[in-house]
Amino acid sequence: MDSVVLIYKGIYILAIFGISLLIATYSTYFERKIAAFIQDRVGPNRAGPMGLLQPLADAGKLFFKEEFIPAKANKVLFILGPGIAMLVAAMSSAVIPFGDTLILGETTFDLIAIDVNIGVLYIFGVVSLGVYGLMIGGWASNNKFSLLGAIRAASQNISYELAMGLSLIAVLMLSGSLSLKVIAEQQAGFNWNIWYQPLGFLIFLICAFAETNRTPFDLPESEAELIGGYHTEYSSMKLGMYLFAEYINIFVVSAVMATLYFGAYNFPFMDNLRNAFDDPVLGNNVVTILGVGVMFAKIFAFIFFFMWVRWTLPRFRYDQLMKLGWNILIPLAILNILLTGGGILLYDYFTKG
Amino acid sequence: MEPLSNRKKNVAQKEMTLSERMYLPAIAQGLGITIKHFFKKKATINYPEETRSRSEIWRGLHVLKRDENGAERCTACGLCAVACPAEAITMTAGERKKGEEHLYREEKYAVTYEINMLRCIFCGLCEEACPKAAIFLQDDKLAPARYERDEFIYGKDRLVEPLKTTETK
Repeated sequence: MDSVVLIYKGIYILAIFGISLLIATYSTYFERKIAAFIQDRVGPNRAGPMGLLQPLADAGKLFFKEEFIPAKANKVLFILGPGIAMLVAAMSSAVIPFGDTLILGETTFDLIAIDVNIGVLYIFGVVSLGVYGLMIGGWASNNKFSLLGAIRAASQNISYELAMGLSLIAVLMLSGSLSLKVIAEQQAGFNWNIWYQPLGFLIFLICAFAETNRTPFDLPESEAELIGGYHTEYSSMKLGMYLFAEYINIFVVSAVMATLYFGAYNFPFMDNLRNAFDDPVLGNNVVTILGVGVMFAKIFAFIFFFMWVRWTLPRFRYDQLMKLGWNILIPLAILNILLTGGGILLYDYFTKG
Repeated sequence: MEPLSNRKKNVAQKEMTLSERMYLPAIAQGLGITIKHFFKKKATINYPEETRSRSEIWRGLHVLKRDENGAERCTACGLCAVACPAEAITMTAGERKKGEEHLYREEKYAVTYEINMLRCIFCGLCEEACPKAAIFLQDDKLAPARYERDEFIYGKDRLVEPLKTTETK
């Protein structure tokens, strides 16, 4: 029995890892396609049908490029930087529930890699480790622009993590649990957190853009000011790893937003659908499989939104970025906590007497 | 003094309203504009597969025509070379021998005929100058890019219209 679970978990983790890599790979393709479409172009269309092999061609190109390490760079850290960025990005999808339970024969399979009861904390811890990859890489390059980019990345991530955490506290007050699985289960049907936390979601969304270094918060890699930011000196697949890590981060953040605010794998009328089947096991499995599809649809919608915003908005100035983070988002997040607390008190007063 | 034109505008730095300071309505507006472009018809022409349509009087690569019997029309009179404002055309004339009547229409013909495509401005004055209707600028062919300069000097091998071999029926 235990070995079955162990093997299942191993396969599931590998599958999630593969899926996140695949989505990150094709994010590069869709980023270019969406950029092109928004600018009235057609985008990459030469490699394979509709350019679908473009990511493979890009990766192949990156592998064959010269692996350049600057003469005065700290070699160990220079190589470690993209490694950390990649590792941390790939780790964070472990606690996200991509679906409910599948029942096969006697065994019940949870569609979550690790169901830790501190899932939200885990994600936060791991995602904030991601900035070490950028910082180490930027510092080890021994280049002023890289260092500036790394400093910007560090200060920006720290500033926006505060507002992000505070906006999350309101969600945790509603759920009473740090486990992402419990939070997902509480949003069954159409009872999504977004209806209770619109302001919190907005703050979380803005912070998510800042955390993943996406436009309009892509100051760490602003090519106009800093050449390339922290990855100025990087070439070949080490540069590819940085870019890849960014796309995995987008995937993870989209999954977290879908889980926390948009009901994860839940969709309206799922209970009616489940009861429509005579066999409860079959009904459960059908709803679960549909739920996985719904979850990924939500994630893709968020990824699309990330790209849509990138090709719409210009970049913030650094002082504007700091002002937005510290003077506006953090007070708003605290206000959101107060409002949520008041709402919970009122609800309890009227329902429990 | 009151200005004569009515173009004068009073500018004032007005305080932004709350909705303007939130930026979110403006951002939503911007997102609306970009998504509209997302679904718009694309301006791209997929070049090697599709080509931009050319005008009917497009002046492209030159051709030296043959007459209905397959003989070259050019008599090497040199009027095209004189007309050419870029001095791109050179030729040497030769006399037709006996038994070459099926090759050359007139008694004099061009032994060599060269157009330097780097000099040519594709004005079409050679076409207008030609009294024998021998040189034309095609509307469907271009002088393609090449690596070497001397490859741009087109001789008779590349200029003369190929013989129609399928006509003997």
